[in-house]
Amino acid sequence: MGLVARALEAAGVPTLCLTSAYSITASVNPPRAAFSDLPLGHTVGRPHDAEFQRNLLRRALTAAAAMDTPGTIAATGVTWDGDGSWKRRATPTGIESGEPVSGEPVSDASADGDRGDTRNVRVDTPQYQYESDRLAAESGT
Amino acid sequence: MGARAETSAPIDYIALTRDRYDALGYPPYQWAELSDTPPWTPLARPLAESTVALIGSGGAYREGQTAFHWKDDTGVRRIPSADPATDIRVTHFAYDLEPAREDPNIVFPVDRLRELVDEGVIGGLAPTALGCMGGIYSVRRATEELAPAVVAEVTAMDVDLALLVPV
Repeated sequence: MGLVARALEAAGVPTLCLTSAYSITASVNPPRAAFSDLPLGHTVGRPHDAEFQRNLLRRALTAAAAMDTPGTIAATGVTWDGDGSWKRRATPTGIESGEPVSGEPVSDASADGDRGDTRNVRVDTPQYQYESDRLAAESGT
Repeated sequence: MGARAETSAPIDYIALTRDRYDALGYPPYQWAELSDTPPWTPLARPLAESTVALIGSGGAYREGQTAFHWKDDTGVRRIPSADPATDIRVTHFAYDLEPAREDPNIVFPVDRLRELVDEGVIGGLAPTALGCMGGIYSVRRATEELAPAVVAEVTAMDVDLALLVPV
């Protein structure tokens, strides 16, 4: 998304990137970013916790409005609750134990059946959440 | 091993991925690394008067639309931002989809942004939100296909801020 943010900004549209992957965001260096220390797949927070999500968005947007230096990554201060144990499940011990490890782009190496690679196989046909979605899309409704 | 972070520090996913690829015998992944000063457009008006466009790369599509495929799909889905998140579906190859399918707002916060409009935090929400799928393994395709498609959509919206929500 950092590449998209840069393209938008060059086209005259101010941007803010949310992120919960600090190192990836720092590497692509987008114009404005707001970091929250949350598990991947939860960029805006916990499911069905509307106030948690609104609080994160308020903090990120307010921080963005105050930024005046390109490449700023603000910390929202929003974290997962508890003792941070979710991080231990997402670090290398998780690979050996076969626990899910998620992460954005990785390489073009095939994911099929490789030991310890928990990503789904990158198939080139639409991957619907529900069969009813497929039927709705294919009937053009 | 930078990936084995202290629990108080952010996880270093770049180091983590490097270690995983080594362990799996994959060639190293080449991350986009940009150290130049990024392009910059100042905000034209206060947040409370700003119209915001939502763009999410977690693989959101609306029921009735064609879902993303999982091999460098650079398509963009137009999702009416007045529709409730319960109409939104999520598909992606690289992260655990269950929480986002339970509540799409955690990767595509349309319900929350409408509430922030009601609260007066932002001035408005663009009528169309955009769903796309991150995890494009080619920087060239992200730059030459996805980015221009998003730019064309967003510049036609006349918004004050684009909020990008990756996963």
